[in-house]
Amino acid sequence: MPLRKIPMPKRGNYLLRLYVIRSTQKSERAIENMKRVCEAHLQGRYDLEVIDILQHANLARDEQIVAVPTLIKRLPAPLRRLVGDMSDLNKVLFGLDLRMQEP
Amino acid sequence: MTQKKRARPPSFKALPKALTGIQGLDEITGGGLPSGRPTLVSGGAGSGKTMFGLEFLVRGATQYDEPGVFISFEETLPDLAKNAASLGFDLDGLVAQKKLFMDHVRISRSEIAETGEYDLDGLFIRIADAIQRVGAKRIVLDTIEALFGELPNPGILRAEIRRLFGWLKDKGLTTVITAERDRPDKLTRHGIEEFVSDCVIVLDHRIREEISTRRLRIVKYRGSTHGTNEYPFLIDEHGISVLPISSLGLDHAAPATRISTGIDRLDGMMGGKGFYRGSSILMSGTSGTGKTSVAAHFVDAACRRGERCLYFAFEESPKQIVRNMRSIGIDLEPWLRKGLLQFHAARPTYAGIEEVLLVTHKHIASFKPNVVVVDPITNLLTVSTLNEVRSMLTRLVDFLKTLEITALFASLTAADGFLEANEADISSLMDTWLLLKAIEVGGERNRAMYVLKSRGMEHSNQIREFVLTNDGLRLLDVYLGPEGVLTGSARVSQEGREKAAGTSRRQHLEGRGRELDRKREIFEARMTMLRAEFQVEEELIQQSISESKLLDKELLQDRGQMVRSREADASAYRKNGSAPVARPR
Repeated sequence: MPLRKIPMPKRGNYLLRLYVIRSTQKSERAIENMKRVCEAHLQGRYDLEVIDILQHANLARDEQIVAVPTLIKRLPAPLRRLVGDMSDLNKVLFGLDLRMQEP
Repeated sequence: MTQKKRARPPSFKALPKALTGIQGLDEITGGGLPSGRPTLVSGGAGSGKTMFGLEFLVRGATQYDEPGVFISFEETLPDLAKNAASLGFDLDGLVAQKKLFMDHVRISRSEIAETGEYDLDGLFIRIADAIQRVGAKRIVLDTIEALFGELPNPGILRAEIRRLFGWLKDKGLTTVITAERDRPDKLTRHGIEEFVSDCVIVLDHRIREEISTRRLRIVKYRGSTHGTNEYPFLIDEHGISVLPISSLGLDHAAPATRISTGIDRLDGMMGGKGFYRGSSILMSGTSGTGKTSVAAHFVDAACRRGERCLYFAFEESPKQIVRNMRSIGIDLEPWLRKGLLQFHAARPTYAGIEEVLLVTHKHIASFKPNVVVVDPITNLLTVSTLNEVRSMLTRLVDFLKTLEITALFASLTAADGFLEANEADISSLMDTWLLLKAIEVGGERNRAMYVLKSRGMEHSNQIREFVLTNDGLRLLDVYLGPEGVLTGSARVSQEGREKAAGTSRRQHLEGRGRELDRKREIFEARMTMLRAEFQVEEELIQQSISESKLLDKELLQDRGQMVRSREADASAYRKNGSAPVARPR
């Protein structure tokens, strides 16, 4: 599945997509948690887009979303997927390459 | 998306089933897979699970107007399309017609990290969308257990998969879930069979003695009877075909009509009418006893009646058979041209026995013959055991009987005896057993045949010699000698002896006749002679009688004259009485 053409952001910037289903608790938690992490660790150098796949089933297919919630870190490389409600902060930070060691 | 308990239909009511359209499977399942419920199809790598799923959807979409969704967790869509094309399925075409929707779920473990609780709603949404796009009634998940390798937290995954199956059931989709079986004691790697309570099918791909066979078994089918055997199946250019091992009952029709064997005198040995239509005939004999010739007669006669014949040649090429049969005056060529006769020649070693019989099965189903010849079945033994051959033949015979096809099975027996014991097993399946025999006596080898058994008809108990002439197979008269049937030159010499004896008897008779004639001639000659002698004597006697009478008369006259003339006395006359007699007149 080829990556979607996306505008090239500034070097070192984070391009994040969070795929959720708005009405569920897990998703609401994931959105909250993500926003908090981004503000705390990536202030000013991130682009977080929240997508409700209930409205965009095609997008879920294109992006190979199976588990919900799923966060896809497009940039910086390598591409990484985080699944879950983002409540495990250490794992989230490791997944975003903000911490060098897996907790 | 919540799991809801579905009211189970009462057990006495027939479970609704969805026809798979897979050849043979609908027969052994009694009408297909449980409609609106999940079925687990489990098997090792390369056992044909994906093909099973694809065919289930393609048949549903094309034959039963039930669109389908294929969710692949392993193979990519182009790969699937390519594989399906090898079975003759045009997936892209079906997708374009909105009869099929395909989705490939691919996630790579290396990219994924778990950060907390999750669910599979992404998958649910994709499936729901797919179902809605084509109005699907069927769905295949191939192989959902792959998710265990890609997503973290097996506990969540198991719960989610369980929820998915329940959800599909609520939606009323007939579902096929494939699963990899890596250990013989488990149906699936991650135990998802416990979520599928309705129907479980196991596929197997075995290699024995370098020949691979595929098998299918229905492990479980809740609320339905089903065959429990292992059924061999085949994947070829027309998809999967499962051979129902044995029909569930012995309830095929038994037609009373009879058909000719193609050999008049053989018909004569069977009450003058030949085989029963739809019966199975075993014809066994050592090599060179004329099995193919008998078969050719049978085929020829069937074609003459305008019936369709299918000839499975496991030993000779069709061209060779046609050529050889021409030498005994049977021309099969016209029947081939007319399409009444079809040959299928292959060496069984080319594939496993199951495959051979499946191919047989398929050809029969497509050609719809009235008469089938398998020549010889013993070649099957080279690729399998007697037991397997027997079970295969049981299935084949049952299948042929249900279609009322008359079948002739040639069987090659070893030259050194055991010829009946070896086949006793197989023969019990057969209605008629013809035995061709080479009788070796007096330094020569002659052919003979007899009807060892023939169910439900009067049949001759005679061993009959036959010869292959330019004009076909000819049964000869029975010659019984002190040591049994006389054949070949023994028969000829017996015939000669009988002829010679006849001649001498005839000569003897003729001789006696001539003697009688001679005697009669002699008798008649004597009669003639006697009569002639008698006539002579009679004449003489008559003459003397008449002379004496005349003399008497003259004497009287003379005496009177003398008396008158001489007037002599009587004494004088008496004294010289003799003198006048001597006197000339």
